[in-house]
Amino acid sequence: MTLTDQQRDEIRAAANTVRQDSVRMTNAATCGHPGGPMGMADFMSTLFLAHLNLNAENRHDPERDRFILGNGHTCAGLYSLLAQKGLFPSESLLEFRKFGSPLQGHPHRNLDLGIDMSTGSLGNGLSVGAGMALAAKQNNWETRVYVASSDGESQEGQIWEAATAAAHYGLSNLTVMVDFNNIQIDGVMREVMDVRDLREKYAAFGWHAVDIDGHDIDAVDGALCAAKEETTRPSAIICHTTIGKGVSFMEDKAAWHGVAPNDEQAQEALAELGA
Amino acid sequence: MLQTMARELAPLHQGDPIKAATREAYGKALLELGEEMPDLCVLDADLSGSTKTKAFGQAYPERFFNCGVAEANMMGIAAGLASMGKTVFASSFAMFATGKAWEQVRQSIAVPQFNVKVAATHAGLTVGEDGKSHQMLEDITLMRVIPGMRVLVPADAVEARLAIRAAAENEGPFYVRLSRASTPVVFGEDYKFELGKGAVLRDGGDVAIIACGIEVGMALAAAEELAQSGIEARVIAMASIKPIDADLITEAARDCGCVLTAEEHQIRGGLGSAVAEVLATRAPVPMAFCGMDDEFGQSGDAWDLISHYGLDGPGLAASARALVEAKNS
Repeated sequence: MTLTDQQRDEIRAAANTVRQDSVRMTNAATCGHPGGPMGMADFMSTLFLAHLNLNAENRHDPERDRFILGNGHTCAGLYSLLAQKGLFPSESLLEFRKFGSPLQGHPHRNLDLGIDMSTGSLGNGLSVGAGMALAAKQNNWETRVYVASSDGESQEGQIWEAATAAAHYGLSNLTVMVDFNNIQIDGVMREVMDVRDLREKYAAFGWHAVDIDGHDIDAVDGALCAAKEETTRPSAIICHTTIGKGVSFMEDKAAWHGVAPNDEQAQEALAELGA
Repeated sequence: MLQTMARELAPLHQGDPIKAATREAYGKALLELGEEMPDLCVLDADLSGSTKTKAFGQAYPERFFNCGVAEANMMGIAAGLASMGKTVFASSFAMFATGKAWEQVRQSIAVPQFNVKVAATHAGLTVGEDGKSHQMLEDITLMRVIPGMRVLVPADAVEARLAIRAAAENEGPFYVRLSRASTPVVFGEDYKFELGKGAVLRDGGDVAIIACGIEVGMALAAAEELAQSGIEARVIAMASIKPIDADLITEAARDCGCVLTAEEHQIRGGLGSAVAEVLATRAPVPMAFCGMDDEFGQSGDAWDLISHYGLDGPGLAASARALVEAKNS
């Protein structure tokens, strides 16, 4: 199944909104991580709009799909997409990271808002996703479990414990989308600690694994469709992206991993994003 | 060594010769609960023969998952299963379940308050010959400090079966600490375990000995010895370390005027600290702490180690005697 022109337009618009929201939210909070969600915006929007069976109506349905943001620091993008899908009003987004807001600095499980799992400590998400997928299989549910991860997170040993177990249990209902932007807090991933070829690694662990351009929404859609065809293996989609995508002065800069734009920078970024 | 055991436990043996390991009771309790609770799942990390989860795995293979030697991942899988409505028991040795996987227990199980029961065996010195790498002496501290985590340390097989049931029937995260070694059964079959309640096993007004796990049997042996020199010790089994029975502890302190705690665990942060937290605000009295005093264990026969570190009947009796003298001086 390929995307319709209308779906493509909607996904691109949603991705642009994610980028704008990431700038606005981190600017309002004066802290946070804008670069990651801007890089992930295209594949996350494709997942949330064209595949993930989660919406305001089914948020408490036990058989709905699940999503875990393993790289929890990129949650500005998750919150933006949940708001865009109507799980809560988009006005709440500007309360991100502030006292009393359920939109915590890193995600905290809140099924009313569509947040399936508490994350933030890198490495923990994929194991939980494997547990969810195992339960869904045990219950004979159609539920699919999606976990977002990243190249930096792949330095955590627990990821590979989870990869071993998910393949061992044949969790074909589990898909991990790895944001591979070659940037982590301390600099260039290949210089800090090179995780090398993640497609080869996941394949060696027994997964169906593909490399794609994480900004090519048709490629993302195709990979997500292919994952659904798997019957015995979990799927890993290595999404090659550019951190800070869409704003010239933020692209491919480690500095924008964990620093919020000031008012002037935010204005400039939003202008580039057509806001 | 056998002579040591015979000397320490002879009084108990005369009354009740039955001995059993709390881990055996855990395995049996899981079989009972498995039949009653169709959503109960059990996870293990390649130690199912030792933790006694194997029998559940044989009876309910579709609900048993051996996660291999990967405890951190096991706790994440436990969280994922629980998030989908399952009641999950996750087992390994106490060292690995609470030490290696502490962060996963905190982040993935306790933060979302999932219905996961970490039931860990081979806790404490009585692992014996395996030595310090396997003698988990910090687990009560590590689990007790996590918000919302209930901590149970049953004294014998009877209490272990009931504690496991209580963990299964009460929603949310639990830690249950179990032993490798067979120990005397101190509770009768009519014993009713209640979450947040301790049990007075022997009355006395000179000193209160509050103990958990295998130290409950040792406390009874100490009380027997103390009685011979005219000191009447009240012995309290405090399996429910969190929530703790603050009223029973306060009453004991007021009645006895001093409190000794006994645990097969580091003094810092364990049962003794939990009791001191209660008494410091409600009824400050002289206290003494029997446990590991800022050191690791070593290889050796389990009961030789217990004696060496002053955690056998005579060791507890000596500490109690000194405490009573300090109280009266």
